[in-house]
Order: sequence, then C-alpha cells, then structure tokens
Amino acid sequence: MTLFSKTATELQQLLHNREVSVKEITEDAFSRIADVEGNVQAFLTVTEQEAKAQADQLDNVPLEQRGPLFGLPIGIKDNIITKGTKTTCGSKMLEDFVPVYDATVVERVKNAGMVSLGKLNMDEFAMGSTTEHSAFQVTRNPWNLDYVPGGSSGGSAAAVASGEALFSLGTDTGGSVRQPAAFCGVVGMKPTYGRVSRYGLVAFASSLDQIGPLTRNVEDNAMLLSAIAGNDQHDFSSSSKEVSDYRKALTGDIKGLKVAVPKEFLGQGVDEAVKASVREALQVLESLGAVIEEVDLPHAKYGAPSYYVIACGEASSNLARFDGIRYGYRPEGVKNLEELYFRSRSEGFGPEVKKRILYGTYALSANQYEEVYVKAQKVRSLISQDFADLFQKYDVIVGPTSATTAYKLGETIFDPLTLYANDILTVPVNLAGVPAISVPCGASEGLPIGLQIIGDHFDEGLLYKVAHAFEQATDFKAGTPLVGEGQNR
Amino acid sequence: MTHQFTKDDVFYYANFARIAFSDDEAEQYAAMLSELDKFAERFEEVDTTHVEPMTHPLHQVNILREDVPTEILDRGDMLASVKEHEDGMIKVPNILA
Repeated sequence: MTLFSKTATELQQLLHNREVSVKEITEDAFSRIADVEGNVQAFLTVTEQEAKAQADQLDNVPLEQRGPLFGLPIGIKDNIITKGTKTTCGSKMLEDFVPVYDATVVERVKNAGMVSLGKLNMDEFAMGSTTEHSAFQVTRNPWNLDYVPGGSSGGSAAAVASGEALFSLGTDTGGSVRQPAAFCGVVGMKPTYGRVSRYGLVAFASSLDQIGPLTRNVEDNAMLLSAIAGNDQHDFSSSSKEVSDYRKALTGDIKGLKVAVPKEFLGQGVDEAVKASVREALQVLESLGAVIEEVDLPHAKYGAPSYYVIACGEASSNLARFDGIRYGYRPEGVKNLEELYFRSRSEGFGPEVKKRILYGTYALSANQYEEVYVKAQKVRSLISQDFADLFQKYDVIVGPTSATTAYKLGETIFDPLTLYANDILTVPVNLAGVPAISVPCGASEGLPIGLQIIGDHFDEGLLYKVAHAFEQATDFKAGTPLVGEGQNR
Repeated sequence: MTHQFTKDDVFYYANFARIAFSDDEAEQYAAMLSELDKFAERFEEVDTTHVEPMTHPLHQVNILREDVPTEILDRGDMLASVKEHEDGMIKVPNILA
C-alpha cells in the first residue's frame, strides 16, 4: 500500500470507512522509511516497536471518539523531549539522554491519537541552517540528494517531503521551520511567540524559540497547529488567547486582502528565479482579489546583528545547564569539579555551539552589556515597531522565505549579498514574535522555492486562509519526490 | 564599534563559559568571532536614543497560579539519566582540588 502520498483528511476518511486501519497506516510509514531513509537520513531514532504497539491499541478506539488527527503518523524534532525515547538535540552532549517526561506538544499529539514514528535530525542545539551541524549524520534534500534540506529543522522537513512522515514538528528561532520547509517543498508554520507551549523544548533562545508544524499541505498544517496550540500552565510565556479551529479559516476567499511587499524582500542578493517565482505568486494572489502594495521595512536590515547578539546571549545562558552532572555527556577520570565542567563542555559541544556560546558570553559581559546587548534589544524594538506599523494598514506581508533554493552539501555560502538577503527574510519575524508560514510556490532546477506570508500576532488563521487560497489556485502542491530513483519535478 | 577578537579574548570569555581551547583553536575562534561581530557594524547607523529595549515579544506580566502541591517526577526515573549516583543522590568529583 502507498498511503504516504495521501492527505490527513483522505486517510481519516479511509479510517472512518474501515478501508484501512491505524496499524496499516503505521506499517506503511515504516515501509516508506525502510525504502528511502538510507538516502534521506532524516531520523536519528526510529521507534517502530512502540509505534506499532500504539497503533494496535488505537485500532480498538471507537470511531466516535476519534478526532481529525487520530491514527496518523508524526515525526518529532530531536530537541523536543519524549519520555523514554532518546532526545539528543543533534549533540554529543545529549547522545544518551532519555527524558523522564513528555514535552507539552508531545502530550498533545498523543492525546490527539497521533502515532510518533521517531526523532528527527537537526543542527546541534538548533544552531545552523543546513542540518550539517548535527553531531550524528547528514540529512539530504529528498528532491536532490546532493543538496541540503535546510535547517535547523532539516530532518523534520526532509521526512515530510519524502513521505516518511505525514506530519512533523520543528522549531523556529530565526527561520528554522520556514527555511527547511521552503528548501524541501513543504508547508512550514512558525506560530506567534507564545501560541505553542515551549515546555519540554530544549531551550536555545527563549525569547525567540517557537515550535511549529511541517506538512505537505496547508489543511494538514492547520489541523496540527489547532491540536498543539494553546495555554499551558507549565509555560508561563504561553498565551491564554483562545485557539480556533484553523481549518474553518480555509474558505478560499481572500478578496480585498491587503498585501504588503517590502522592497527589502526582493532586493539585491535574492536569486532571480526566486524573485520571478514570488512575483508570479503575487499575481496569483492579485487574481484572487488581493490588493498588493510595495512598502518599506526600514529596520529589517538590522535584524541579523540584533538576532545574533540576542540569540547567542540567551544561548550562552541556557546552555550553562550542561555541566556534566545531572544528565548529558560526562567524561571519564576527572579529578575535580572544575575539570568536570571544562571537559564535559569542551568535549560535548560541537564547534558552532561553542562559537555561539562564546559570542553570547561576550555580549552579556559587564564591559559590553550596554553597548552590545542592550543596543540589540533596542534595535529589536524598532524592528517590532516596523511590523506593528505595517499591520495598521495591511493584513499580511509577503515575500520569499529564502533568498535561494537549497545549497549543495558542504558548500558554504560566502556571497555577502546572499547572506545579507537571507538574514532579512526570516529573522525579523522571530524578533517581533509574529507568525509566518512558508508554502511551496515553484521550483528552480528541480529544487523547491517557498513563499513566506507573515501576519500580525495571533493571526495564524488568516495566514492559513491566504496560504490555502494560494495553494488551491496553483499547481505547487508539494508532491512526493522519487527519492534516490532519479530526481523528479 | 565592532570588536577584533584576539586569542586572549577567546581564553578570557571561554573561562566564563567553562570551555577549554588549545592555542590553535583559540586563534580560529578569534577569527570566527571577529567575523560574526562584523554584523554589529550596522548597529552604528541606527539611532536608538529614547528607544526602550525589547526584552520579550509578548507583554505578559505577573502570570501567577495557585500554589498547590502536585505530583512530581519519580526520583528513580530522574536518576536513570545520571551517570554516577549513590543512595538516591548525584555523585560529583571533589570540589576542592
């Protein structure tokens, strides 16, 4: 059976009509994993036995007790903790770490009756944009195995794109759900800060981190966000604002929608094919009745320095907990406590993580605090104000998700204009705490391109409405690549 | 003003972060940090007079809950991830060298 290319709604219908069982869906997912995982390498841990046992139990649940996500397979990024299942954060530091409780999002997907397939690869502690900074393995882009899947949620995007998982959870601190979603041709949502509980997410930068869903279509994505969003008493930064059924927003009607397109989003450094694809997408939105206007996002260009200072500062503080004592890597034969700290951290962390901890330590040090850290926080205020000003007049802001399509494995991007353009596109969204979604809008040389739609705080419903209307009006529904059998699209 | 990191800077900040580097590594990290800090050059052109620092994206203050006892995690479960423990307590090496 090849169930992996179906949507959640189609599978739910089959389950409902008893044409297929949860067990069969689960087995189908693992058979797809067996077929393509050798090439894609998205999973760090596969929990086949547990999943099949769970599927057997779920098949006994009466139909009337089942929700829209019941019995459907999901993969979880490996920085979201899972009771009894190793959670490594892609780091040698947590190579053997088995959590003793579930993150709130994991509890919620379990309560929805979803079946977890395992844990997905990522850049170490979510620091990176290619998933090449994982301490364990290199994940490949299912559309072309010589290319990266993006990052840091590269495993989450690749698993969904290749049909290994119908759903996945990723995390986005500076673009880590949206950029891999764009690179792998899937839908990725970074919700409003506080929309989804961070309880049980291994913290990177606590004022920026958000958990978000990745799927092959907008409707599936909306359903998963409805299931995981909402207040959690274990995370006081989670919002108590009511969560709507986001599926109800998918009306297809975007007549009169006011769309702002910042000049900075289609400027120098953005690949011509990406620009062309986004311009075509804007025409599609226009044809559906949206009104498009070019605008300025004047402080976006200061997003990168502000982001690096704040994210590294918060990371240096958050990662201080890894001291080799209660959990995590602990070296042999240490003589005293000081040596234990130094050796655990020096041997347990990889180079990118060390660099960011050092930079954060510098930014937070007494000599630099005002001039570097507080300055970055003030710039963050200005960026946030830019968004607030635009949302007074416009409903959504639209642009590319990434300046280019996926990079070749091992190929560092040195072009300063490209780097610069990429920093403008995703990072300001996290600094302002607003939601943004990436939907497939085309391809160049066989590699997908993503359209980014940004909304005001807690406007996820509107983002889904726009993304869905666009998706229905175009042919860029994600599709499933023929992994390793010659590339398609 | 951006900072040109030296090897000694790396050792200085690494000591606070409890990370050890060899001489060669410290040179490499000095170069990487100087590169990263180049971004901060852009800060110089932004006027932030009278701008308040933003510490958090949502303005939620004093979120409190009732102080009621709840079930906590099992000690045995928690110790399962600890490399060395004895009588329900975590073992650490000598604190005084």
